[in-house]
Amino acid sequence: MKKYMQGEYPVVSKKQLTDGIYDYVISCPEIAAIAVCGQFVNIKVNGFMLRRPISICGIDREKGTLRIVFEVRGEGTKKLSELEASDCLDIIAPLGGRGFELLDSSKKAMIIGGGIGNPPMLPIAEHYGANGTVISGFRNEKAVILQEDFKSCGGEVILCTDDGSAGRKGFVTDVLAEKLSAEKPDIIYACGPSVMLKRITERAIRENIRCQVSLEERMGCGVGACLVCACRTIRDGKEYYAHVCKDGPVFESTEVIF
Amino acid sequence: MSKLSVNFAGVEFKNPIIPASGTFGYGREYEEFYPLSKLGGISVKGTTEELRTGNLPPRIAETPSGMLNSVGLQNPGVDHFISTDLPYLKTKDTVIIANIAGRTAEGYREIAEKLDKTDVDMIEVNISCPNVKAGGAAFGVSCEGAAEITRIVRNATKKPVMMKLSPNVTNIAEIAKAVEAEGADAVSLINTLLGMRIDIKTKRPILHNNVGGLSGPAVFPIAVRMVWQAANAVKIPVCGMGGVSTWQDAVEMMMAGASVVQVGAAIFNDPYAPVKIIDGLEQYCEDNNIGSIGEITGSVMPW
Repeated sequence: MKKYMQGEYPVVSKKQLTDGIYDYVISCPEIAAIAVCGQFVNIKVNGFMLRRPISICGIDREKGTLRIVFEVRGEGTKKLSELEASDCLDIIAPLGGRGFELLDSSKKAMIIGGGIGNPPMLPIAEHYGANGTVISGFRNEKAVILQEDFKSCGGEVILCTDDGSAGRKGFVTDVLAEKLSAEKPDIIYACGPSVMLKRITERAIRENIRCQVSLEERMGCGVGACLVCACRTIRDGKEYYAHVCKDGPVFESTEVIF
Repeated sequence: MSKLSVNFAGVEFKNPIIPASGTFGYGREYEEFYPLSKLGGISVKGTTEELRTGNLPPRIAETPSGMLNSVGLQNPGVDHFISTDLPYLKTKDTVIIANIAGRTAEGYREIAEKLDKTDVDMIEVNISCPNVKAGGAAFGVSCEGAAEITRIVRNATKKPVMMKLSPNVTNIAEIAKAVEAEGADAVSLINTLLGMRIDIKTKRPILHNNVGGLSGPAVFPIAVRMVWQAANAVKIPVCGMGGVSTWQDAVEMMMAGASVVQVGAAIFNDPYAPVKIIDGLEQYCEDNNIGSIGEITGSVMPW
């Protein structure tokens, strides 16, 4: 069976979630059939040399669709945001040699997303249902997305913003510290800014809790050939530049050097 | 004999299209898309004396119609290539070109000697990597340096030797002549052009290495010009590369003087680019009653 493929697939729905953040559902049955949580799609944008890697926010095998939620960061993602529903997207997917490892859904999971790191956490929250606690952080209320989606998963959802304009004031790491003093989960998952991931992994290692983080780096081929998306990791006791696209994008907290 | 087959530096290629070193790994990742046997050859990821970890990220930056990279020759070393990657590649029914880069002149000799004992088809010698401090372009930017490495590799192997030239030089014809005089069987050009991008918000270069190699369609006219100049200066055959994305680009590169063509950055945009170019060349021959694609090499009629 193929691990990934390239093709043009129709966008079946397009929504704008908040300023500069878009939500696309793409009909691509053969990709949806093999995609796993934590993987990404690499999207061609006409007029731009490099594809844009975007994490998968939802996999619906029955409908044969993938959902992606992305932020306009520059000219390429701006152009991507100008597509209309029914337009086709040229994607290579599903990419990522390692997605999130989901434990039995009876286990307790802490699921932490920061900003545009929130979308890939949704399938994890769906898996754990009531046993998943979501900590969802944003800069301010204008940036908040996906809260209804997280709530519909059935677990506790704690929203926080840096300035307190929505949910609690403070960082996801503050909420995590509080939660851990009450009960330790079986596993922590996190995606977001590097500094957030660093603090979460330090905490997880200190408390001896398994933790998986999804990393981001500027990418070229997306399939593991060009070696540009290097990230510092420890492998066999030695420092090694792993590659986000093929060795990740998900890594164990104990192997990443921030 | 297929219309597309080419004898290049004594090696039979079923077609003239070769994914360029550094853009195609050791081929494994692209087998998900098509069998490697479709390709004329593969110039595999640059290999060095020992494992190299490469440069700190970010290693890539987008540019208008192109990209900068500064991978810094990350690779597991020549012994690993010979024991693990080469046996696998040799089962793929395509020409395997090893690409080598030493830290020192002695390093080039060591790698070439090791590869001489293998069944690799050809050795491409990278004297033009802009992303490493030692070796690489340090040798490729002077006639003396380029000649020295050619001589060392020539004496270390009976394999066909192709010198990969840097465009970051004043006179490409002189460099090509210098490597030809030392016994190179072919030249390939162009490697990337040294470039730089700065993030105006942070005042930081986008690449952690500050500078890196520019490739993609942006460099194509420079590559055509340099291939033309080199091909006119030497008798050994030329492998043209630099920004080739379509079959029309490949035809143009061959008219400028290339016998075979490497395709690099285009693969990131479209992994099928090499295969589409091969199909396009086949049709081009058909449409223009060309019996052998080699007929168009150097067929430009300059004013």
